[in-house]
Amino acid sequence: MSLANAAAIPPETTPKSGGNLERVLSAGQFAVTAELGPPRGCDADAVRRKAQLLKGWVDAANVTDNQAAVVRMSSIATGLLMIAEGLEPIVQMTCRDRNRLAMQSDLLGAAALGVHNLLCLSGDHQSKGDHPGAKNVHDVDSIQLVAMVRGMRDEGHYQNGKDIPGGGPRLFIGAAENPFADPAAIRPYRLRKKVVAGADFIQTQLIYDVPRFRAFMKKVVDLGVHEKTAILAGVGPVKSPGMVRHLRQNVPGLAVPETIDVRLEDAVKGIDDKQARAQAWRNEGKRICVETIQQIREIEGVAGVHVMAIEWEEAVPDIVKAAGLRQQPRG
Amino acid sequence: MIVAEKKPLEAVARMLENYDRVLAVGCGTCVTVCFSGSGKEVAALAASLRMKRRIEGTPLAVGEGMVQRQCEWEYLDPLADQVKNYDAVLSLGCGVGVQTLAKRFPGTRVLPALNTLFMGLPTEQGVWEERCQGCGNCVLDKTGGICPVSRCAKQLFNGPCGGSQNGVCEVDATVPCAWHMIWERAEALGMTEALMEIEPAKDWSTSRDGGLRRMVREDLRAPREETKEG
Repeated sequence: MSLANAAAIPPETTPKSGGNLERVLSAGQFAVTAELGPPRGCDADAVRRKAQLLKGWVDAANVTDNQAAVVRMSSIATGLLMIAEGLEPIVQMTCRDRNRLAMQSDLLGAAALGVHNLLCLSGDHQSKGDHPGAKNVHDVDSIQLVAMVRGMRDEGHYQNGKDIPGGGPRLFIGAAENPFADPAAIRPYRLRKKVVAGADFIQTQLIYDVPRFRAFMKKVVDLGVHEKTAILAGVGPVKSPGMVRHLRQNVPGLAVPETIDVRLEDAVKGIDDKQARAQAWRNEGKRICVETIQQIREIEGVAGVHVMAIEWEEAVPDIVKAAGLRQQPRG
Repeated sequence: MIVAEKKPLEAVARMLENYDRVLAVGCGTCVTVCFSGSGKEVAALAASLRMKRRIEGTPLAVGEGMVQRQCEWEYLDPLADQVKNYDAVLSLGCGVGVQTLAKRFPGTRVLPALNTLFMGLPTEQGVWEERCQGCGNCVLDKTGGICPVSRCAKQLFNGPCGGSQNGVCEVDATVPCAWHMIWERAEALGMTEALMEIEPAKDWSTSRDGGLRRMVREDLRAPREETKEG
């Protein structure tokens, strides 16, 4: 090959992770992710069943790390079961349960076993979970974790600055942001901090209040943050008025407007049968979710959606289809 | 100050089951100020223990003692004559006081009557709150005088987590969110720009994590005998 020819080849950007989520986002496609909650025991089939429900309908699926501070199958181990089923995992890692040694060694192992994506989180406080007497770690915070993983990948060094033999893990790095938490003024800046630290993508807390999210995104776009990261808006179908109450009371920083209650109420008007009411609520919950996705898609700076159907994975294909994101499973 | 609270009477009584004569010793500094280890508390605990053991038919002699600071050797010397007459010493000092007494009186069991809680201050009458964990590398210059190590449940260094709502912490709605306060103070002082900087991972080696901590001031040390080699 002559030098002239070489110069004619368009510059190729090297993928950071080689994963599917990065590929989709780099191609400018609207990404769809979902969530897979690991079982509370060691039932691998439970993971396989859930993975099969999501496979092909999403570009990757988050696998939670002791969510709500309740012990579950390890997120990395669950991620491996997902890979075997053909579903790309976004492994979640909290700062609550590991110090920097454990984090780095787990990430080296995860990357060696084929994990491409990592979501860095502070973690729910252990007082909310099933082992309230546990000692928490918080050696690094979520932004420091993002920076540490970026350093491992891009600089090839551990948090201590020493070289990683053979180079660092090729991970696509994610972080979370809650647009509805307080103090509201700090939120877009905190998001920017995560992106400066190295977050390739952001997944937001569940959005039910679209106007409030739109205002948040306006500020994010004004700061130019959306150009440096891919923001995936979090959505999720509600199952019942009970779930709405639970979200309002128990999930800090979640804004659920009263219009949702009214719609669920209207959906069961004239229905007496208990099962039929439950079904009507679920159908309405999915419809609200689809409409939310359609509204969110129009907001500048949104690169995809993160569909959190907690313990209701089978709702995801219906929502993805109805929202017009894809009509059949891919790949 | 060091804030400590009284252990339940039952727990103290259990520790003393095998003793007939015990000296209860209060401390006149931090734990007196937080109403857990003053002379008054010593007298009240002593009376309760005597009464309990009398009712149970196994009388307990409880002597009462008081020192200005259990954590300083010279204050403990006057106790020596008293301690000789008892099987055990019950300290109404903080954990430092208990250990100083134990070292000073190696032949006597020393037992804690208090649970040491934290370094803090009174926030209103009857309420004390933590303010410092002694991490060994103070960051209060960066956080507007509000400590994220002791006051944030997740010890965050780069802003509030997603659980901060209406100014309170997700862990306990009666606890203000440290980062909410830090942000508000920075706004009031026109210093929010400083909070935009990423605070790198903390070196915890100066904290408890580094093992026993020791402060050495060579200029204040007593002259030591030179070693043969020296």
